[in-house]
Amino acid sequence: MAKQESSMSKEPAHKKNQHVEGAEISGQSQSLHNLTEKTECEKGKTCSTGPTDQRSKPHMKWKSSGISASQSGDKVRKKYSEGEGKSRAGSLTAKKKASGKSKSVKIQETSKCKASISLEDSESSSETDEDEHPVRRQEGGSDLSAEYWGIQKLAKYVKGGDPTATLIALCSMRDFDLSEETCQLAIKDTGCLEVLINLLDTEEIKCQIGSLKILKEISQNILIRHAIADLGGLEIMVKILDSTDTDLKCLAAETIANVARFKRARKTVRKHGGIKKLVELLESISVASSYQVKDTETVRCAALALWSCSKSIKNKKAIRKAGGIPLLARWLKCSHANILIPIVGTLQECASEPSYRLAIRTEGMIETLVKNLSSEHEELQMHCASAIHKCAEDEEIRDLVRKHEGLQPLSALLDKSENKQLLAAVTGAIWKCAMSRENVLKFQEYKTVETLVTLLTDQPEEVLINVIGALAECCQEEENRGTIRRLGGIAPMVTLLTSTNPALLVNVNKAVGGCAMDPENMAIIDSLDGVRLLWSLLKNPNPGVQASAAWALCPCVENAQNSGEMVRSFVAGLELLVNLLKSNDKEVLTSICAAIANIAKDEENLAVMTDHGVVPLLSKLANTNNNKLRRHLAEAIAHCCMWGSNRVAFGEAKAVAPLARYLKSKDPLVHRATAQALYQLSEDPNNCVTMHENGVVKLLLAMVGSTDDILQEAAAGCIANIRRLALATEKAKYG
Amino acid sequence: GTASVCNTLTNTLITKSEVECLIKLYDTLVAKASRQFAGAGFDRTVFRDTLYSYFGMTDDMVLDRVFIIFDKDNTGRITVEEWVEGLAPLLRGTLEEKMKYCFAIYDLNGDGYISKKEMFEMLKHSLLIQPGDEEPDEVVKDLVDIALKKMDYDRDGKLSFTDFEKAVRDESLLLEAFGPCLPDLKSTMSFEQKIFREIPKK
Repeated sequence: MAKQESSMSKEPAHKKNQHVEGAEISGQSQSLHNLTEKTECEKGKTCSTGPTDQRSKPHMKWKSSGISASQSGDKVRKKYSEGEGKSRAGSLTAKKKASGKSKSVKIQETSKCKASISLEDSESSSETDEDEHPVRRQEGGSDLSAEYWGIQKLAKYVKGGDPTATLIALCSMRDFDLSEETCQLAIKDTGCLEVLINLLDTEEIKCQIGSLKILKEISQNILIRHAIADLGGLEIMVKILDSTDTDLKCLAAETIANVARFKRARKTVRKHGGIKKLVELLESISVASSYQVKDTETVRCAALALWSCSKSIKNKKAIRKAGGIPLLARWLKCSHANILIPIVGTLQECASEPSYRLAIRTEGMIETLVKNLSSEHEELQMHCASAIHKCAEDEEIRDLVRKHEGLQPLSALLDKSENKQLLAAVTGAIWKCAMSRENVLKFQEYKTVETLVTLLTDQPEEVLINVIGALAECCQEEENRGTIRRLGGIAPMVTLLTSTNPALLVNVNKAVGGCAMDPENMAIIDSLDGVRLLWSLLKNPNPGVQASAAWALCPCVENAQNSGEMVRSFVAGLELLVNLLKSNDKEVLTSICAAIANIAKDEENLAVMTDHGVVPLLSKLANTNNNKLRRHLAEAIAHCCMWGSNRVAFGEAKAVAPLARYLKSKDPLVHRATAQALYQLSEDPNNCVTMHENGVVKLLLAMVGSTDDILQEAAAGCIANIRRLALATEKAKYG
Repeated sequence: GTASVCNTLTNTLITKSEVECLIKLYDTLVAKASRQFAGAGFDRTVFRDTLYSYFGMTDDMVLDRVFIIFDKDNTGRITVEEWVEGLAPLLRGTLEEKMKYCFAIYDLNGDGYISKKEMFEMLKHSLLIQPGDEEPDEVVKDLVDIALKKMDYDRDGKLSFTDFEKAVRDESLLLEAFGPCLPDLKSTMSFEQKIFREIPKK
């Protein structure tokens, strides 16, 4: 499946080469067109002269920019006068022999794939490379193609003819291969593009149609689309959406779909009320009566345009405000694949917005999406899977997918492993669905884990990220941890720890950590040097990678044989770990505390960490309201108390008072960890005093009756220590 | 009367009541003409005025051609049957009918082919001659060549109806390739509204 321009496609670096003569020609065309318009006016037809003035302005701008603009401009100007003479001779053959195929590399996709958009584009609703104003390659000097001359000749009739002559020329222009870059750029360079857009601004429906048929094709080219937007073409096309002529409306919508592939264009469409009009077009007929091809054509084209436009966050909102969601839901039920694909594409694009996910949930769209997973159109399957991937962030949607029996078709689609885009979408959907335990259990029935393990090798990164993500979720179930081991899935996972892709690494860390919960798996991980690899990821500049690596280290340390020695074997490893307590990222801090808590169970390692200043560093973090951090920090403190004079050191570092405040939180896990920490700290009398001053006793008393054994014991033990000290003090006072 | 007109009408999309309205219009127009010139009947002048006022058609050459097509028996006057029969493709014609109509318009000498010469005649006023053009005729001839290249499928240097039909089926915009000869949608709709408005809506 051909990909549209995405951040992954290679767009060669172009040098600015704006032709100056563009200004000249447009000047000509402007005056000619005014004359043409005058004759039309005489014939009693309406005409507009305003916008053409605006259109000359961009050319004035071009004059000042461009390094070699003037040079090439001169050359081209010469060619024009030569060209005029040649064209008068009447035959194209003389020009054709010169330049055959253009040397330029095709950078745009073919017109075939107008409906498909790559996953990267749709997931990043923000700018892509395309938003940089595209620059033109230096062309091979005076080597203008045969297409150029042919089009230039036709352009003359478009500029200087009445509607009859214009139409003949426009129809002939379509005989050129408009998907070829040379033709597309020829249309631009001959100044024909401005004329085509001027034609849109008239009321000559046939000329508008003729012009749009060409614009629709050539707007597949990135330079052309930017030019169309610069020339004010989008505003006119949006106006045309009000026309009564169906063909015209459809062409306008399809062309908008092509041009709106960059951010500024999408904004322009919205600013001129285009989103509203496109949504209204979806309302034109009812789904049931959709047997007339012509009527559904309007819906199909409007949907394509909305799909393109929906990449901008503000447009997603605008679509919703214009009442688009119920219409999208309605058309989701139709059976024409060529309408369904852009509708699902739009939904999938918008599914990043919670309001859309809510609607998807409540308007029964999940059922339809699941149904279409079994469509015979792979592209449709892909977009449905992609939509599910996006929506399954919500737990309710994950449940709905299961209830509508969507997990099985998803699992079955894993077999279509040649279609990488489809595979990426499906694995993505499976990953997110696997975040719910009941879904993981269902997947076990379908042997999904087995299939996923086979996909750990020889897959593109976008697929791997999702496969590993899915396995990471599945590892939460013991049975799957065993399955992965039996199928030899651990080795490829560990290999992936050497990847450089942060998104991939985060998932791999999670998966390895998940597997490490099983001692047998841990042995394998260790033998493959997995722990060392995880540890070195703590040095990765990406905080997400650091945090996930630290989280993964926890079960590793817990389940490894001779884990104390293993940790010590990492040179400067503990120093690195402790120093990460200086990070600014909450998740990193939390995960490091968790790791420290585990590692501190080994006395020698605790001693080393103490040397590296773990006590003051932990204490500095104590003033936090983040419950997750509080919990793991308290656990770390609790464990770090068990060495030397650390208890005293914590007290001196003023860690006790903040800990006392943790008891006021509503989180029971925080209570438990804090009680443990306080219990350990209370072995030091000074700390007891601090605790007493901070009202710890009252708070802990409430917890003595808890059903959590560990909390109960820790609370009781702490109170006992405080009381003992109080008694001793009294005794000392009163003899 | 209406019955005889309906019987001879080959177009099936116009209803009997609509035919009545057209006949009524015819009578009105003829009456008006007779007031100005005794015994004028529905002649060329009346015809051109009518087509101008109802359909905004102004091209003299086209209007002459249309008249000739309407006036099948070549009497210089349009009978009521010719009137209804002629209007049918304009108002309600299928693509097939419209293609035949347009082709007949463009085939100036009626020999079944649109020749280069005829195309030249029809297109010679379509281009604005620029000051730089030394040979304006050549410019028009080039356009004729372009049109021929596009539409002459059998490559015999002229357009037969088969050529024309193929070209139009391939690209519907070429139906009126050599000049507007059909009323536009707006005028047709307003004509129907005006003339057929007395018909009770079913």
